[in-house]
Amino acid sequence: MASDIAQPAGTHGAQIQHPVTSTGLPNMKLAMWLFLASDCLLFGALISTYVLYRGSSIVGPYPSDVFDIGYTSVSSFVLLASSLTMVLALSAIQRGDQARMRIWLLATAMLGMTFVGGQVYEFTTFFHHDHLSLTTNLFGTTFYVLTGFHGTHVAIGILMLLSVFGLSLGGRITQDKAETVELIGLYWHFVDIVWIIIFTVVYLIPTGK
Amino acid sequence: MADATDTTSEHADPSVPTATALGGGHTARHPRPKEYIRIALILGIITAAEVGIYYAKISRGLLIPALFFFAIVKFALVVLWFMHLRFDSRMYSRFFLMGLAGAVTLFTVVLLTFKAFSG
Repeated sequence: MASDIAQPAGTHGAQIQHPVTSTGLPNMKLAMWLFLASDCLLFGALISTYVLYRGSSIVGPYPSDVFDIGYTSVSSFVLLASSLTMVLALSAIQRGDQARMRIWLLATAMLGMTFVGGQVYEFTTFFHHDHLSLTTNLFGTTFYVLTGFHGTHVAIGILMLLSVFGLSLGGRITQDKAETVELIGLYWHFVDIVWIIIFTVVYLIPTGK
Repeated sequence: MADATDTTSEHADPSVPTATALGGGHTARHPRPKEYIRIALILGIITAAEVGIYYAKISRGLLIPALFFFAIVKFALVVLWFMHLRFDSRMYSRFFLMGLAGAVTLFTVVLLTFKAFSG
């Protein structure tokens, strides 16, 4: 089987094997990057819609009435920390250290769950305390759709992380399967960079209202 | 530190075609955990700075460019280091930049058309 396997070495001595392809690159990784490129357009549309309608609500509550920047900042730190644990998981499996990979994968999933839990709490507070629903005003519609889509992405990422964690417990994620962890890592970091933009555009830039 | 172009590890068969040899430039030299931690610390400091300037009562004309600058730096650090675009084949960068540039161009045109920045 060795004859149809490309072995780019040099990843901390790890042997990442993938079948020879016409591009010389693993198809799954290329496909993930293409998917992420297409997801840029999805989030671009949602962020643009938010920007387009910002400050256009004719009834409250307005962003300045509901946002708690201190709280959202902590959520941002949590998501950034999860990106670190994700790369540490990848680094561990590339060295063949399965035990450490499991710890970091679980840490990433836990941090992701903390972020999603924080978002659920934020939505609940906005809905019950500030009476901001999806149909209250343009701010409510664009805010919930944008951050809701992002939260869904995070939730899907958590499911993928837990799936890989489960597979690794069964001994199915070994050093030569490090690419599986890398693909999930790419998705996870993408979710992180989308949040970097959302945090700036939605939360930190004042609307004036 | 592993050499990015090292394809001669003890188990590697020299007769086996490598991704690099196939023209993909898939060097796959990824950073060490210490480098990842350093990048994460920088990201944390930048985020703290973002929140700091939000609370500092500076003019809107200064605040918005500063926030965008910080966001772009954080975005680049994650993409280049955590997503390894700095180390991996340029083909991945091209694919991703194609989507990113498409999105930025398309939605900038949309927002300008609807005069989203005029108010």
